[in-house]
Amino acid sequence: MSLWKIAWRSIQHRSLASGLTAFSMGLGVALVVAVIVIYGVLDQTFKRSAQGYDLVVGPPKGSALDTVLGAVFYSNQLSDTIPYNYFKQIDTGRYSSHIEVAIPLAIGERLMVLRGLQIIATTPHFFTKLRYLNDRPYTFYKGDNLKPGIRFDAVLGYTAAKLTKLNVGDKFKATANTIVPSDNYPEPAQFEVVGILNPTGTPNDQAVFVNLEGFFVMIDHFPTSAVDEILKRSSEDKGLVADSDDNNLRNEKIAQPETDNKTNLTSNSKNTIKSNDSNNSSVGVKSTQKSRATENQRIDNRRISAILVLVKKQELKGEIKKVDDRDDVVLEINEGLHGGERMDTWTTALAGRLIADLSVQVASPTREITRLFELIVGRVQIVLVIFSILVVIVAGIGMMVSIYNSMNERRQEIAIMRALGAKRRTVMLVILFESILLSLCGGLIGVVIGHSLIAVLGPIIASAVMVVVNPLHFQLAELVLIPGLVILASLVGYLPAVVAYRTDVAQSLNP
Amino acid sequence: MLLEIKKLQKSYQLPDGESLPILEIPQWEVEAGEQVVLVGASGCGKTTLLHIIAGILRPSSGHVSIDGWDTTILTEAERDQFRAKRIGYVFQTFNLLQGFTALENVMIGMTFANGRSDKHRAKELLEKVGLGHRLNHKPAHLSVGEQQRVSVARALANKPKLVLADEPTANVDVGNQQQVIDMLRNTCKEENVALILVTHAPEVAKQFDRVDKLAEINVVISKRA
Repeated sequence: MSLWKIAWRSIQHRSLASGLTAFSMGLGVALVVAVIVIYGVLDQTFKRSAQGYDLVVGPPKGSALDTVLGAVFYSNQLSDTIPYNYFKQIDTGRYSSHIEVAIPLAIGERLMVLRGLQIIATTPHFFTKLRYLNDRPYTFYKGDNLKPGIRFDAVLGYTAAKLTKLNVGDKFKATANTIVPSDNYPEPAQFEVVGILNPTGTPNDQAVFVNLEGFFVMIDHFPTSAVDEILKRSSEDKGLVADSDDNNLRNEKIAQPETDNKTNLTSNSKNTIKSNDSNNSSVGVKSTQKSRATENQRIDNRRISAILVLVKKQELKGEIKKVDDRDDVVLEINEGLHGGERMDTWTTALAGRLIADLSVQVASPTREITRLFELIVGRVQIVLVIFSILVVIVAGIGMMVSIYNSMNERRQEIAIMRALGAKRRTVMLVILFESILLSLCGGLIGVVIGHSLIAVLGPIIASAVMVVVNPLHFQLAELVLIPGLVILASLVGYLPAVVAYRTDVAQSLNP
Repeated sequence: MLLEIKKLQKSYQLPDGESLPILEIPQWEVEAGEQVVLVGASGCGKTTLLHIIAGILRPSSGHVSIDGWDTTILTEAERDQFRAKRIGYVFQTFNLLQGFTALENVMIGMTFANGRSDKHRAKELLEKVGLGHRLNHKPAHLSVGEQQRVSVARALANKPKLVLADEPTANVDVGNQQQVIDMLRNTCKEENVALILVTHAPEVAKQFDRVDKLAEINVVISKRA
């Protein structure tokens, strides 16, 4: 019979008092566990989600962090938009030689929301050319990717599909509700779900992706008041005049019905907008010219929220002299970066050029998220952990008081052990072991309560920051609790153990 | 000679600084395997003497030699170890650990003596005292007589040289008194263990061949008289 078993029997003998003591310890541990796990999952999710591309190009207003949070995590609305032709310049225009992948995103500004989930308009390349979580490709749980062209296709994140209960083949109406009062809106376009992503552990799980071209068509079909509002906004925005690459856009043969033709948006069996040139031929030349001018203006004024950029690093190496002209910008970008989070020189140089040429915000998602966690979230976590540890310490003191108070009624029990040959050190160890076992039981209870707490808080966290925290997700840091609790138990068990050590056997044998 | 006491004195310090003598035993001996009854009135120092023999208390002066070991020169830890291995103690109030089963109460003494316990021997002893069917019962679920039998089994667990029994029948009903005495004497005899039994009950004392009156061997009592 080991001393541990003797200690355990003593705990069992006072099951109610021991249970309450362990429970109070468990509450403190639960808070620590909840903080550790929630922070750990947020940290991992945010940092992993920030991987996969080098730069996020967004509107010049707001901070780089705002751009990253809006474009990568969909957690806040971007303060403004950028012209779609910037994407063209980066993707196929003058910067294209430096670019591996560029993906346009339209989020927030049109704030299309499907049952509380953010709708992101993008291209099929999002799922074929980008990677997530250390180079993992996006795979489909059901269906397939968005199809190229002007389509009303949609791909749902895994969680989004569950939340909306939409399946492949289902259709939904996207609503746009922030530009003008909703009374002025036409019937929104119907998007058809063509695919559902496998879980990625990123904010994309809770997002609804729609085809960017289809999104533009939907936006273009807003009534005049809405378009005017867009034009008014864009004219107020300096530096957004499209350059020569815009001609590509003007020449695109995208069907633009002059009137609100919602039937055309939805009736096509392939969910594709057909050309509507026949309508144009029936009106006069002036009318046609005016119509074309309006159409071109609309295309010019197409706007997106951000561009995700993966830099082609190898090819940039040969162009160091070109980018050196922008040393001042490069230096500015690099200011405040440190250690492994520095963008490499070529990425930094490109960022500097984009900022200088296009009046945009260029952010490094990895850097911004690391800074966010180091400067704000990390400190908040430290404060929360300190408070939680204080709660554990208070619980530990409660445990000490509980064991200490029990020592009076246990003097005889200790004296009996001593009379049977137990050394002072032995009975001291039994009390310390009892304290340690109570703490570990409290720890176990705390882990269970902590993860249950996460299960309760999970949906709130998911809706607040678009991160799913799995209650069964265990953090390695939780293992620190074991030695931590043993040390705490040894400290709080010391005083009662000393009482046991000093027990007078002869006096205590016969009460 | 198993037990040899020489010039033993024990006195307590009173709050006013005065020294109160309790025991003064010039010489007292017990042979190996011998069964001795020590009788005396309440407060004459019977329990104190047993505590000194067991090494729970240290004498103020004098020597206590058990199995050739002078326990008065041992450190406290050494006396604890000596007690665990060579002395069994049966208490008046049984002093079983309430959170432990009968079997565990027997085994716990083995743990303190050797760092491990012999479950087989513990079971054997409990069967010997007639409790083979009550191994996993806690003291609260045992009768008074059964509790004292567990206490006897526990005292013999480490194959001691000497068992000290401090009024083992004082809290046992009349019907069970003789049973406890018989069981104690028989098991000590079987295990070839010396027994010193303290009692103030004449009906218990008269069953033993050797009955020592503490008043006669304790000079303090003689002086008071």
